[in-house]
Amino acid sequence: MTSPKRVGKIEFGLLSPREIRKMSVRKIIWADTYDDDGFPYPQGLMDLHLGVIDPGLRCKTCDQKAAKCPGHFGHIELAKPVIHVGYTRLIRKLLRVTCRACSRLLLTAEEIEKVVGAEEGEHVPEVVSEKDVKKERVCPHCGEQQLKINFEKPTTFFEAWVEEGRKVEHKLTPADIRARLERIPDEDLRMLGINPDVARPEWTILTVLPVPPVTMRPSIILENGQRSEDDLTHKLVDIIRINQRFKENQDAGAPQLIIEDLWELLQYHVTTYLDNEVAGCPPARHRSGRPLKTLSQRLKGKEGRFRGSLSGKRVNFSARTVISPDPNLSISEVGVPLAIANKMTIPVRVTRYNIDELRRYILNGPERPTIRSPCGANYVIRPDNRRIRLAESNKETVAEMIEPGWTVERQVKDGDIVLFNRQPSLHRMSIMAHRVVVMEGKTFRLNPAVCPPYNADFDGDEMNLHIPQTEEARAEAEILISVQANILSPRTGGPIIGGIHDHVSGIFLLTHGTRWFTKEEVLYLLKHTPVEHLPPAEKEEDGRPLWTNKQVFSTILPEGLNMIFHASSCQNCETCRREQCERDAYVRIVDGRLVSGAIDKKAIGAFDGQILHRMIRQYGFRRAAQFIDDMTKLSIRAIMLDGFSFGIDDEDLTRTEYGQIDEVLKNAILDVERRIRIYNEGQLEPMPGRTLEETLEMQIMQVLGKARDRTGEIAGRHLGMNNSAVVMAVSGARGSMLNLTQMAGCLGQQSVRGERIMRGYEKRTLPHFKWNDLGAHAHGFITNSYKSGLSPTEFFFHAIGGREGLVDTAVRTSQSGYLQRRMINALQDLKVAYDGTVRTTGGRIIQFRYGEDGTDPARSSFGAPVDVKGIVESVLKEEV
Amino acid sequence: MNTAFDVLKHIMVPDHQIMSDEEVKTLLSTYDISLEQLPKIYHDDPAVKAIGGRLGDVIRIIRDSPTAGRAESYRLVIKRPKK
Repeated sequence: MTSPKRVGKIEFGLLSPREIRKMSVRKIIWADTYDDDGFPYPQGLMDLHLGVIDPGLRCKTCDQKAAKCPGHFGHIELAKPVIHVGYTRLIRKLLRVTCRACSRLLLTAEEIEKVVGAEEGEHVPEVVSEKDVKKERVCPHCGEQQLKINFEKPTTFFEAWVEEGRKVEHKLTPADIRARLERIPDEDLRMLGINPDVARPEWTILTVLPVPPVTMRPSIILENGQRSEDDLTHKLVDIIRINQRFKENQDAGAPQLIIEDLWELLQYHVTTYLDNEVAGCPPARHRSGRPLKTLSQRLKGKEGRFRGSLSGKRVNFSARTVISPDPNLSISEVGVPLAIANKMTIPVRVTRYNIDELRRYILNGPERPTIRSPCGANYVIRPDNRRIRLAESNKETVAEMIEPGWTVERQVKDGDIVLFNRQPSLHRMSIMAHRVVVMEGKTFRLNPAVCPPYNADFDGDEMNLHIPQTEEARAEAEILISVQANILSPRTGGPIIGGIHDHVSGIFLLTHGTRWFTKEEVLYLLKHTPVEHLPPAEKEEDGRPLWTNKQVFSTILPEGLNMIFHASSCQNCETCRREQCERDAYVRIVDGRLVSGAIDKKAIGAFDGQILHRMIRQYGFRRAAQFIDDMTKLSIRAIMLDGFSFGIDDEDLTRTEYGQIDEVLKNAILDVERRIRIYNEGQLEPMPGRTLEETLEMQIMQVLGKARDRTGEIAGRHLGMNNSAVVMAVSGARGSMLNLTQMAGCLGQQSVRGERIMRGYEKRTLPHFKWNDLGAHAHGFITNSYKSGLSPTEFFFHAIGGREGLVDTAVRTSQSGYLQRRMINALQDLKVAYDGTVRTTGGRIIQFRYGEDGTDPARSSFGAPVDVKGIVESVLKEEV
Repeated sequence: MNTAFDVLKHIMVPDHQIMSDEEVKTLLSTYDISLEQLPKIYHDDPAVKAIGGRLGDVIRIIRDSPTAGRAESYRLVIKRPKK
């Protein structure tokens, strides 16, 4: 398991001036790039020794052409040393812990031993820190009084001391600092965790500046023929100009003031060349006012070299467009627009056996006219890897040319396996393999039953498509990440693909209670399912055979399926009446026949799907996928048989119910007032561990909560199974009875952090109320329903409560997103080895047996390796 | 009364044992790994100190597992790095 070469250690050091000169191929002295003939100046920034970017020219160092020459460094001799911004922290630390006169570490041998400890021979990085040295002490080696070192961003250092009660500051030039750093002895540096062999501290002060090769900063030629230089070149031009002027002034013996100004200017240019986003330094700008992108900006951040170019790259053979639903597709299919299918290709090697077929593809050309026409080909690759683009004009000649050994890039056609993805890709079901169905239109089409794993809806969502290019990739996609292999989620060990919304409503309407269908109706329902024989009719009326609704559903169940469970409409009664359940919530399937119970979310839903789960374990993924396809088609037909809609009048109640609701609410509000009166009179008994106010609040919340529930009951009594919202709530398709009571009955108490709304103005929530009003209305109790409409104050309280929910989701998603990113970064390279251990790429063991029990959660039954209860029930055909 | 607290007796601390050289050898050969590829445990871990584990020892930890019943894992005692 060991990799052939192991990295022993990585050493980081500084580039010394000697090394910079050694690796340099040319000293750069001219700030200009190209002369009037467009030829690079010798010893200029585009010198031919630094490498070439123009095709045709040869590098003067390695004599290779633009494509082969890697580029070579040059160098600039700086007139005076300048500080490297990246090391200001280190410089400050070193100045503070060493003597200003003798440059020794400001600690005696005993003090060092105290910090480092007596242990010998062990290499511990950074043993002495800045905090170990006391400020402004006297040097223990030469007796020099130390001064305070002040640092001003970005690159200025001062020595500060107090003279006659006044603070005095003296600026240290980079040359002064360099001299001090040079004198620090090697042994003292080791104490500070610096290896002087590779990183002498004075090398942090630049005397020579390396000039990167032109290949790193290529100039581009605009449409008008003008050259546009790279940002780095611009910055280097600035540095050389100032450096040159500095030298001239220095040689001419210019006054100290001018020298200092130029020195600071040079420092500014070198600083921004290295990092153009340092604090306390105005960023260098392009003529257009855009800040320059210099060295550190190339590496940093999301679009930088590490995150943008190395960890993440863009890919070919991918497509992206809006998605829309198509219940007639199988869950393992994806509808691809013709326009996309015509552009996406799969390479096929020409052999003796397929040459005729591939020739036909080539003759079909690059433009497939309709979704029915056979696919064409877009490119042909010759054995020498040259690509030939196919066009109407050359297809005949190319078709004649191909022979075994060539490769034809044929267009995607029906049945090809492709990867389908929706961001954010939070779990492995976010990328699944589907089979292509070329379709009209401009959107990707998918069966709504696969929306849950992608977390997709159709309000404008876009998804991505990737075409695997090799046989291995296609085989892997089909075996490991096909939709059917991912019906069970590794998160719960239960199904994640299944019926949603109308599927659940539809199948519930079909299977609830007992209904009788004529042959025409049965055939209408089963039109799109692959049922070949109808079961014998249950009864005959007026000479016409009739089938029950349960029989219709049973046709899509596999033979020999035995299951018993409670539907989501089950109320968990004390004594279960089983088959006699008045809600028909006792589901019993014997030998693939639905005997009793309504099929709903519990049976076929996307997250519960008991039947699905059982079927996968008993009959395999393919049969389960087939069942989902049949079930979605049957349920859509079932919901269309009766029709299903919801309107404003579905929230209507009768006058008696409205009267009852008003009564309940009035009483509750009076009750609240009564309790407030008791509290004001000081008669309230506090609950254990609570203050009087808390007790009152809890009582009020309780009374009002109960009142809301009562209104819900009253409304629910009127709204029965003939109401679509009730059907959706009971079957688990969408919404709950609570949503319904809020629409028809009363909205109830609005809350912030689980308490009544208390914030707002002084002593009251809104100016509409009296000071210190503790009443129900003054703290966010809403007596109206969505149907009856909210009063202005109620509306405002509702907005307060609603906002809290929005803030919560926003905070949660950002936090969990970051947590996810860090976890994935830590775990991404772990894999389960063939011996069942979890290992890193280096063969280090993380777990001796995956998850302690070696069970794949995606192949488990809600975490357990064996579904004992299910197996027993399936054999006994009775509930256990 | 002895007030000393024995971590090994705490309900949440699994069974720790020091493995013999012979056992370590078979362990390394079953998993085909070197000593360094084992999971680690610090020398100053309370349970390691309690059973007297020294640097370079391999500790066998036997846990009760809700899914597997009993789960064994092995850790190499290493020195805690400074800071």
